[in-house]
Amino acid sequence: MASKANGRWLVLTVPYLWLLALFLIPFLIVFKISLSQDAIAQPPYVPIFDLSEGWAAFKDALGELSFENYGYVLSWDNEFIEAYGSSLWIAGISTLLLLVVGYPIAYGMARAPKSIRPTLLMLVILPFWTSFLIRVYAWIGILSPEGLLNQLLFALGIVDRDAPLQILATDTAVYIGIVYSYLPFMILPLYSALEKMDETLLEAAADLGCPPLAAFWKITWPLSLPGVFAGCLLCFIPAVGEFVIPDLLGGSDTLMIGKVLWTEFSVNRSWTVSSAVAVLLLMVLVIPIVFYQNLQAREVERR
Amino acid sequence: MSTGVTEKTQKTIGGIRRKFAPWNDPQAVPLISYKNVTKRFGEFTAVDNLSLDIYEREFFALLGPSGCGKTTLMRMLAGFEDPTEGQITLAGHDLVGTPPYKRQTNMMFQSYALFPHMSVWDNIAFGLRQDRMEKGAIAARVEEMLKLVKLEKFAKRKPHQLSGGQRQRVALARSLAKRPKVLLLDEPLGALDKKLREETQFELMDIQMELGMTFLIVTHDQEEAMTVADRIAVMNHGKLVQVAPPAVIYEHPNSRYVADFVGDVNILDATVEAVEGGMVTLRPSVAPERRFRIAQDCAVKPGDSVAIALRPEKMRVELDPPADTGINCLQGEIWDIGYLGDLSIFHVELPGGTRVKAAKPNLTRMVERPITWDDKVYVYFSPDAGVVLTS
Repeated sequence: MASKANGRWLVLTVPYLWLLALFLIPFLIVFKISLSQDAIAQPPYVPIFDLSEGWAAFKDALGELSFENYGYVLSWDNEFIEAYGSSLWIAGISTLLLLVVGYPIAYGMARAPKSIRPTLLMLVILPFWTSFLIRVYAWIGILSPEGLLNQLLFALGIVDRDAPLQILATDTAVYIGIVYSYLPFMILPLYSALEKMDETLLEAAADLGCPPLAAFWKITWPLSLPGVFAGCLLCFIPAVGEFVIPDLLGGSDTLMIGKVLWTEFSVNRSWTVSSAVAVLLLMVLVIPIVFYQNLQAREVERR
Repeated sequence: MSTGVTEKTQKTIGGIRRKFAPWNDPQAVPLISYKNVTKRFGEFTAVDNLSLDIYEREFFALLGPSGCGKTTLMRMLAGFEDPTEGQITLAGHDLVGTPPYKRQTNMMFQSYALFPHMSVWDNIAFGLRQDRMEKGAIAARVEEMLKLVKLEKFAKRKPHQLSGGQRQRVALARSLAKRPKVLLLDEPLGALDKKLREETQFELMDIQMELGMTFLIVTHDQEEAMTVADRIAVMNHGKLVQVAPPAVIYEHPNSRYVADFVGDVNILDATVEAVEGGMVTLRPSVAPERRFRIAQDCAVKPGDSVAIALRPEKMRVELDPPADTGINCLQGEIWDIGYLGDLSIFHVELPGGTRVKAAKPNLTRMVERPITWDDKVYVYFSPDAGVVLTS
């Protein structure tokens, strides 16, 4: 009995240890930096806790911590709040686009003959075999004024050579980039939800007088909602903090918090402000995560 | 077919239990009519040039092994499959090309196919809402259906909070709610345990009589078909082998296939010796020195090779010889005994090694039965116990 209890304890402990080492401790370090002040030093902030200088020095250092950086980040005079809002907006629109593009693909895959489904899944995952960065760079080649898309449109005579489509360095390019890069994360949970669905439910609906389109909204859509939520959160959360795509494809006026954080860290060399930005970003994202957890718990309860 | 069998089939119509046999009435107009229907899936022919009439208020069973085409036949009526060739009419209207959501049939699915995200109430109301029925009328009908299947207390539950038997009732209520012209039941009781299945069979019959609807049931369980149906169609390889009331199917199978598929049977090969006055004399190949005499009008002539079907419960097995051991009698040794409680099944090995089964009701509470292993016994039957089969 005792060994069984110990075994269970061990199994439960391992994931918590991982979380502690890989999430909580780094978070506490970042949080501590966000409460510090910038300094021209190595590392570039004060105070630094050093237990070798004794308890009194530690207490002094503790007293030097302040929430000043948060005040700076949350002040309307600076563009941080705007960047948070703009990030949430771009991530929200992108998630919606991802859902619109991903749902029909996932639906088609789930209704495809069983024998070709593994191939289709493979094709969805295939882009991951190339570096993410290279794929985003490839979009520059497609979207730039002299890029493949414009060349094609010139050749077809749809667009005049003197006035190429200006997509690169706009928000549109950011949407294209995010939708392209995150599509598998939307498709996979949707596919798994749709594939589980019993097709005789649709036959039953038809049998009871429900035409196919109505049956989709009354049966398929509600039953796929767990997949919809999972897919949306999987895309929305990383999209909010996205840095590479707005940096490479967006223009100078594309404001996203990931980009701001990067500028703050590497150009302004302010570790403390960028830490505060990061902690606040985490707070913004914790809300949807908790929401998702709640939803999952309800889902489990339903079984 | 001329049979002396009394049909068990009775229907209460206008308060009187009456013999119900519209299929014998040349004036009767069938409700459902399959005309030369063929269904192919690629190379495979599921239903092969089949014609069948089903009448109003009938409880009709399609019986056959899996893959015989019975489910396809039903799904074509529901509209989930279209026939490759032929015509299906319901109340005189050609159904081919009509989508399932416009047909006046409803189906109870083998898996029940209850909508998991809807309550019992919403499941039953689903079809009524599709018809844009008025709210009050929907509520009244749903309540009526809940009462019919005795689930009033479970209206708010979701399907996953119900037992298998309760789910089965919800599925039944949902398919009945729209008062379809025909209710299709696809292996409806397959997932229930034996006791519940038997109870439900009788409930189904009661409901069918109460609502005066036409039921079409697909099953591979011959006992279930025998219990519930007015008529049974035995199918094999996409064709109808025999269509008749249960008692006719059981007592007068028209082929080895039907005799073997429905119930337990001994099939013995024999040669016709003489045919006279409704009596066929045969020479069984297991005991050529003996003769069988079977009372049957059938188109056979001396010299024909035929099969004789003998149900175990119509064979007597005794230690003492009957009055005439030359006719309808075989001798053998008890090879095995199956004690079933109500019956004992004796497996008797004949001199040539062939084994036949004979059932004997256990009329007393004796534990030590007089007939035991390796006993020499006589197995005999009356002339109206066996059936001569020519195919």
